[in-house]
Amino acid sequence: MSGPPLLQVDGLRMHFFTKAGVVKAVDDVSFSVGRGEILGLVGESGSGKSMTGYSIIGLVDPPGRIVEGRIVFDGTDLTRLDAAAWRGVRGSRIAMIFQDPMMTLNPVLRIDTQIVEAVQAHADVSRESALARAREALVRVGIASPDERLRAYPHQFSGGMRQRVAIAIALVNGPDLIIADEPTTALDVTIQGQILFEMQKVCRESGTALIWITHDLSVVAGLADEVCVMYAGRFVESGPVADILDRPLHPYSRGLIDSVPSRNARGRPLRQIPGMTPSLLSLGPGCPFRDRCTSATARCAESPSVTEPSPGRRLRCFHPNA
Amino acid sequence: MLAYAIRRLGQSLFVLVLMSFLVFIGVFAIGDPIELLVNPQADEVERIRATAALGLDKTFLEQYWVFLKGAASGDLGKSFVYNVPALSLILQKLPATIELAFVAMVMAIFLGIPLGLVAGLKPDSLVGRGIMAGSILGFSLPTFWVGLVLIMVFSVNLGWLPSNGRGETTLVAGIPVSFLTLDGLAHIAMPAVNLALFKLSLLIRLTRAGTREAVLQDYVKFARAKGLTQGRVIGVHVLKNILIPIVTVIGLELGSVIAFAIVTESIFAWPGTGKLLIDSINQLDRPVIVAYLLVIVTLFIVINFVVDVLYSMLDPRVRLGGAAAAH
Repeated sequence: MSGPPLLQVDGLRMHFFTKAGVVKAVDDVSFSVGRGEILGLVGESGSGKSMTGYSIIGLVDPPGRIVEGRIVFDGTDLTRLDAAAWRGVRGSRIAMIFQDPMMTLNPVLRIDTQIVEAVQAHADVSRESALARAREALVRVGIASPDERLRAYPHQFSGGMRQRVAIAIALVNGPDLIIADEPTTALDVTIQGQILFEMQKVCRESGTALIWITHDLSVVAGLADEVCVMYAGRFVESGPVADILDRPLHPYSRGLIDSVPSRNARGRPLRQIPGMTPSLLSLGPGCPFRDRCTSATARCAESPSVTEPSPGRRLRCFHPNA
Repeated sequence: MLAYAIRRLGQSLFVLVLMSFLVFIGVFAIGDPIELLVNPQADEVERIRATAALGLDKTFLEQYWVFLKGAASGDLGKSFVYNVPALSLILQKLPATIELAFVAMVMAIFLGIPLGLVAGLKPDSLVGRGIMAGSILGFSLPTFWVGLVLIMVFSVNLGWLPSNGRGETTLVAGIPVSFLTLDGLAHIAMPAVNLALFKLSLLIRLTRAGTREAVLQDYVKFARAKGLTQGRVIGVHVLKNILIPIVTVIGLELGSVIAFAIVTESIFAWPGTGKLLIDSINQLDRPVIVAYLLVIVTLFIVINFVVDVLYSMLDPRVRLGGAAAAH
């Protein structure tokens, strides 16, 4: 890849300042996404992967705040933008899709209103030309008879259909980057496959980069170019998808991969990671995974720094898998 | 839609008949109006003549039947006291009450919804807390007390506003209204504020609760992710969703404001139906009481119907007549 990456997240820390204490939802996370590249951001619930996504699009609500780090998008540090400049980026250059398609579309507004407002928020165009773009976007995500669909309300659509509409809204302004926060988790498996296929196709065609946030490694396997694994708000390891899946270095990635049922392990009990994710409130220094880790030693009470064991791979662990 | 309207009409007629019957029983049980209407010095012959003239010599059911027959042709009987048709007596006083109620409701809506939005968007700010504290006062202070304090401050001490009557009125489509003249406005200001206070507090709380719930929804986050301005996110995405319960409550409350403006009307001597009702109950003027309640119930029914229609316009998931939305 030539030139600087489209998005460079550098030492990002996003904390929630609650009455019970500081919750370090995102704690020193770094990764980059090239133009047209697909990054899988993987982790369990509460690993901070969604909050990383919200930080990139500037939708962190108080008491949450980005306390440190840079989010350089196409040469601009987004953390330094004011509210108006942020609004210019959101929906036009960076778009986001959410997990539950039943909730993301406003139930009392027609589809055309919801797409046209997204167009008109960023371009001074007439309603007619905004509608033309809306129609085009719906066709791109595989919605037949867009004119009829535009006049409908969300409740007249199925879940998969609504997610297609949400994707069309994300695509309508031709963004450089789409952040997809588990957009297929709430859908049937068949629909999930269709959406994944559609999404991959559209991004390849338009050169849109994609951050796919998920807990599902099997989704990432077929979709992403790069993978970044997070645990308890912290960066764990990253690298090309095939490398990570074949040869995970961090014991946590290893555990995640082993937890996925596979054909080769038929009949045998599934391996699991013992214990549960620690509370982010009481997390001290050191590797947050050490209590559940079989390789952990006394040394793990200190925080390991990020190393680069081979080109393109980054890791935060003292005891990588061989 | 038409079938729905017809069904609603049938239900409404049933409600009206049932309500009038209950009121009949109630007033019948309170006492014999003859005692109040006839001069105590009158002899027995005079009493019997008066009783027969008012139809009070008949049995209860016969009296009700006479009333029903009259009501079917639009005649709700004559006032025992004034000897004029009860309905015209009420319709003559009704515009004053409706005007007062509308002015109060408009105040409550145009102050309550914005204040509620502010309180809902910034629940922890000083302004948000202040609004909520004020709404608690509006809720808990009794109407009559607030009315008296208003009169004391603005009429007695400051002398800014008149304390009773409608003031100068102008005719709009043959109906006298106060709010178009300066003098009329001065007269309506205090009673309207007094009447609006409770509804204002209610709307603030309702709007605040709806807003706090709505801003957490994914569709609000998604709307922000589109890069919409804060104004559009709040004014369109949030407001249109929270308006659904608000419109329902406004409809119900409009009816109750008209019906229960009695206290305010008594304090400010506002010449509306509330005062008429109190007088009629004191004199056991049954036709007026029954006619008043029929008119109020009819108003409630009409308002509820309008609210249902509005509701279906605001929320696309609601379709009148039970026809399922096409999938």
